This record gives sequence, C-alpha cells and structure tokens, in this order.
Amino acid sequence: MSLKRLSFAAAVLMSSSVLLWAAPQHQITGEQAAKKPAATIQPSQQHQDEGDRIFQQQCSRCHNAPEGFSSRISGTIVRHMRVRASLSKQDEEQLLHFLNP
Amino acid sequence: MAPPLLNVSISKLAWSVRRIIFAMVMLCTVQYGIAQDTPFLSGGVGFFTDTNGGKTTYYPILEPLLAAPIGSHFLVESRAALLETFAPSADGVYDHTHFIGLTYLQGDYIVSPHVTVVGGSFLIPFGTYNERLSPIWISNFQDGPLIASLGLMSTGTGTGGMVRGSAISRHKYSIDYATYFSSRVGNQQFASERSSGGRTSLYLPEQRIEIGLSYDRLLQGTHENFYGMHVWWEPKDTAFRLRSEFARGHHAQGYWVEADYRTQAFGGLDSWIGRIEPLIRVQQTFRRDTLFSDGLPLANTQRVDLGLDYNLPHNTRILTSFERQFSDHKDHNIWETGIVYRFLFPTWKGK
Repeated sequence: MSLKRLSFAAAVLMSSSVLLWAAPQHQITGEQAAKKPAATIQPSQQHQDEGDRIFQQQCSRCHNAPEGFSSRISGTIVRHMRVRASLSKQDEEQLLHFLNP
Repeated sequence: MAPPLLNVSISKLAWSVRRIIFAMVMLCTVQYGIAQDTPFLSGGVGFFTDTNGGKTTYYPILEPLLAAPIGSHFLVESRAALLETFAPSADGVYDHTHFIGLTYLQGDYIVSPHVTVVGGSFLIPFGTYNERLSPIWISNFQDGPLIASLGLMSTGTGTGGMVRGSAISRHKYSIDYATYFSSRVGNQQFASERSSGGRTSLYLPEQRIEIGLSYDRLLQGTHENFYGMHVWWEPKDTAFRLRSEFARGHHAQGYWVEADYRTQAFGGLDSWIGRIEPLIRVQQTFRRDTLFSDGLPLANTQRVDLGLDYNLPHNTRILTSFERQFSDHKDHNIWETGIVYRFLFPTWKGK
C-alpha cells in the first residue's frame, strides 16, 4: 500500500468520524464540571462534591481537564480512566455521576 | 523529542492498517445500548521544533487514541503515532523521514471491583512517564526525561497480559497495583521483549502525595533487573505540581524532578495570567558501566530544563523550553517550541 493510499484511508476514517459526531449533542465542560451550581437536594450535592474530589485527585493529577466533551462518551471516558488510573468501582461510579448529574 | 517507539516501513504496515480499520468499522457497528458508552476518538496533533547546535528540526505529529467499550465489562483501546521529521543533514539540506506505529492496542476486561485483566500490546507499567505522561497532549515538555527508557525493555510496550486495579481504596489512602508478563515478539508493529514486572503506588488524598515502586526484569539474553521509585506531590487547591522519579538499571541510573505552577491570584486559571505555566525540570544520569544498552547518555549527564507553557482556550497548548545539558563529552543547549491541540469526540452517533 502506498503512502497516498494509506493517507487516503486515514482521511476517510477521520472524515467519517467527524460526520458521525456532527449530530447535536449535550456538551460537558470539564471546567464547568468542577464548578457545578448548588444542587437542590443534599444527596445530589454530596455526589457532586465527591465526584469533584475524585476528578481533582485522579484525573487532574496527570492532565488538564478537557474543555468540553459530549455526554455520550462520558461512560467510555470513565471506563478508560478506571483502567489507566486504577480507579475503584466506587470512584468510577462517583465520577460518572459527577460527569452526568 | 522522544524518538518513536517503532520504526516501520509503509509496506509492512499495510496489512496491520487494514486490520485496524476493519476492527474500527466493526466496533462502530456495535449497537451501544447505553448512550454514555459511545466510543471516542481522542488524541493530540502537534507541531514541534527543536534547535540543537544551531540546527533546527521540525516534527509534525499526530497521536490518535481510540477507546471503545463492548458490553459492561470490556474496553478496547489503542494509541498510535504518526510522525514526520524534517532534519538538516551535514550539508544543510533537510532530510525527511516518517514513522507510523501503534503505541499500544489492548483489551481490558473488568473482572471485579479490584481486578482488571489486560491483554494485547500494552504500555509497560514502570514508573510514571510511560503510562501517564508520554501523550503529547499531557506532557509539559516536548521530550521525555533522560531516564525514560530505563525499565521499558527497548520498546516501551509489552505483548502479553497484565493484571491491574485498585487494591484498597479508602478516604485516607488508596493502593493500586499493576503486574505484567510480556513475551518476545519480533513483529515490527508489536515488537516487545520477554519480561515481567509491575508497579504499586500508595496515594494519600489529604496530603495529595503519591509514592510508588516499580520493578521489572528482562527475561531474555542477559537477564537484567530494573528498579524504580516515584514521588508526586500536588497540594490541594493549588495549581502546583511536583513530580519526581528515580530509576536504576543494570548499566545506568538516574532521576528527574519536575515542578510546574499556574497562579490563580489574578482571575483564576482561565485568566490570561493564569494560563501561563512556568516549568522546571532537573535531571541527572549516572553510568554504572560503559555497556550501552539502555538509551541513557554514555557519560554522566546533568540537565536543567526551563519551560514556559501557555494554555490557550479550546484544548490548545504552546510549549516552549530551554535546556542546558552538562556532560563529560560536551555541554550544549537545546531550544524547543511547539503547539499541541487535544481533540476528543465520539466516533459513533449513539442512541
């Protein structure tokens, strides 16, 4: 396979991904996630605080929070982080709840 | 700029690329029942330069990362590197080379709350740089530490299996672990050496301190042991990070200490001042003998890296640094500049 054909295949793949992604979607903002407005009920606030703590400790330890991402991939991100950062199951659940209040 | 892990020819990549594209298409056809579990494509695209001895080399690079969950316990993830290098030759004419290689391709199966089994080609869990800091959208400096190759068995990847997870997780402390076995693989795309080892870390959330130990052993040719230790401290409610790592191999050893800081005093991290990130990294290597098999400098070396990064909006970073290296062979300066954009989006329109 020549370099041109390889580049073409990669370009097609990337273009397809972008087109599929182009549908309207709810965005989660990492910075926003760290500054959630006060929740209306206490248990939810506790979840958020706990999720914020885990986010700061486990995710921000290595990298800056991405500025925004679709809520449709939040579960995949958390599972990826569970493996990479060796999150406990409880931390994984809290983090997922934090990203999807 | 860290050298690419795999140098492969295009012709030998063809079959692997076809298989990867086929696998990605197959993954995209999986019906994802949970809307949050859509596969994502992430990574970084960057343009770097380094000037050493008056000669400037240019590195456009793309590092895509794919993660695709299957069911509720399985995850397939992979990262690749596509690197072009434009370097001046002795007569001043620029030579052009390119590298394309898979950094890793692994399947993760979450067996229980404390155990995840990883199979395939994975990043060797030794120290912190290889697994955590090597992506171009994460690292503060363009090039890795001088000791980055110690304990990574030449390629940085193992082909085989790994067991990892959170051993204990409490509010006051947590302990995680990773242990692996890799077989020897000659395939250029998944090249690895026969080795075994692991890492364990203790994390104290209140103090924001992490202490970890690593060990691995080369199990082919001359069997060699590698030992590592890392200490990270990131004080709460500050944007200050102090990271350090020590590694000792059979022929050489060394350490690095890196600190970075962003002020929140002038409008927070998103103000134009808060986006400025000064950095410093100090590192030393020591040769234990003159056998050169580990990628470290041939002579004892000291190096100071002074950096100034700027975190632009929209996941973009500008990286600049000046490095002064002292060694018995020759002292020299390295100037580096670069820009990196990090992307992250779903690959498939979920339900």
